[in-house]
Amino acid sequence: MHSSNKTELKKLVLRISGAHPEKCMKCGKCSAACPAFDEMEIHPHKFAQMVLDERVEELATSKGIYKCMSCFACLERCPRDVKPAKIAEAARAVYLRQQGASYMKQDEIPSKLDDEIPGQALMSAMRKYNK
Amino acid sequence: MGIKKTMIYSYYPGCTLKNKAKDLDKYARLSCEKLGITLEEIPEWQCCGAVYPMNEDEIAPRLPAIRALVSARDAGRPLVTLCSACHHVIKLVNEDMKNNAYIRERVNSYLGLEVPYNGETEVIHYLELLRDKVGFDTLKANVVNPLKGRKVAPYYGCMLLRPSKEMNFDNPENPKIMEDLVKALGADPVVYSMRNECCGGYTVLDDRGYAAKRADAVRESAADKGADSLITACPLCMYNLVHGGDKAKLPTYYITELIAEALGVSEAK
Repeated sequence: MHSSNKTELKKLVLRISGAHPEKCMKCGKCSAACPAFDEMEIHPHKFAQMVLDERVEELATSKGIYKCMSCFACLERCPRDVKPAKIAEAARAVYLRQQGASYMKQDEIPSKLDDEIPGQALMSAMRKYNK
Repeated sequence: MGIKKTMIYSYYPGCTLKNKAKDLDKYARLSCEKLGITLEEIPEWQCCGAVYPMNEDEIAPRLPAIRALVSARDAGRPLVTLCSACHHVIKLVNEDMKNNAYIRERVNSYLGLEVPYNGETEVIHYLELLRDKVGFDTLKANVVNPLKGRKVAPYYGCMLLRPSKEMNFDNPENPKIMEDLVKALGADPVVYSMRNECCGGYTVLDDRGYAAKRADAVRESAADKGADSLITACPLCMYNLVHGGDKAKLPTYYITELIAEALGVSEAK
């Protein structure tokens, strides 16, 4: 990732996410609600401060951020309208939009399929793991 | 029996309902016909993309949903959706077109429609069609094969309910639309804690172990409350709940399979 300008990455997340990291009061309700909490090394209640601290790259390249399923439980239950789910999505996007970056390459997908898997799963993977 | 045979609604089936989830689509149409409603598939619809594009600078991924919305507007009808993912994408993109001037201006500039689109179409899920347009009382009056004694656990998952401000579907923490549906069909709804928690289906291509763990948790929660079956409106939840995990499986049906059975329009069992 082009980490030379951490301030620019923060500005990009603030601009495209529609989230409000500055409103976070760190109550932890998002982390309590998150079904992927145990799979994450950086938990949802830290997302907002990491953006404000210009640590977008660290967040975007953490493995746990891809365990977020965009189920919107954190967004729904946040008392301050911070929208942690949207911070996670924007962080993934700023990383995946770079040339050659993808979390799951298209070539990897055929080996992961079975006869019953719905097209919805393939479309979701294309949207979630590539930009 | 039934209400007047005059109602036509625009209908967006989506890709998966043309392939792995054909039953979800077929029984939706058959049930509607019995209730005096025709679901008219909009012409030349495109895949919705399955995941709502959250980032506000992503215009292209919103276009398939907007083309469907414009088609329904031009036909002068509400747009009915059925797959939870399609509903999520189309409903949220429609809200963007109402409320986000940045997105609205760029979309309209690109599409160059004769009449610009500003979110005029009413987007309703199949369950909302039954609750708000048909009425569960009328549905109940059309039941010929009440599902007596069945303990059915509705599985909402994430996409029908959240974000509730935009989805405006039901109480996101204590929903009842599917429980009311189950009652109208003559069965007993089972309420359980995991009904509105994510099944993990999105991760089946990335981490099957994790998806399986989530599916086990959903089934276990429903079984603990005495359920003999699960119902869902989402093909990906269906896949994960049927194939994910190894704990005791519960029979899992699409909502429309149960409706069609109760209305007597599915094949004899």
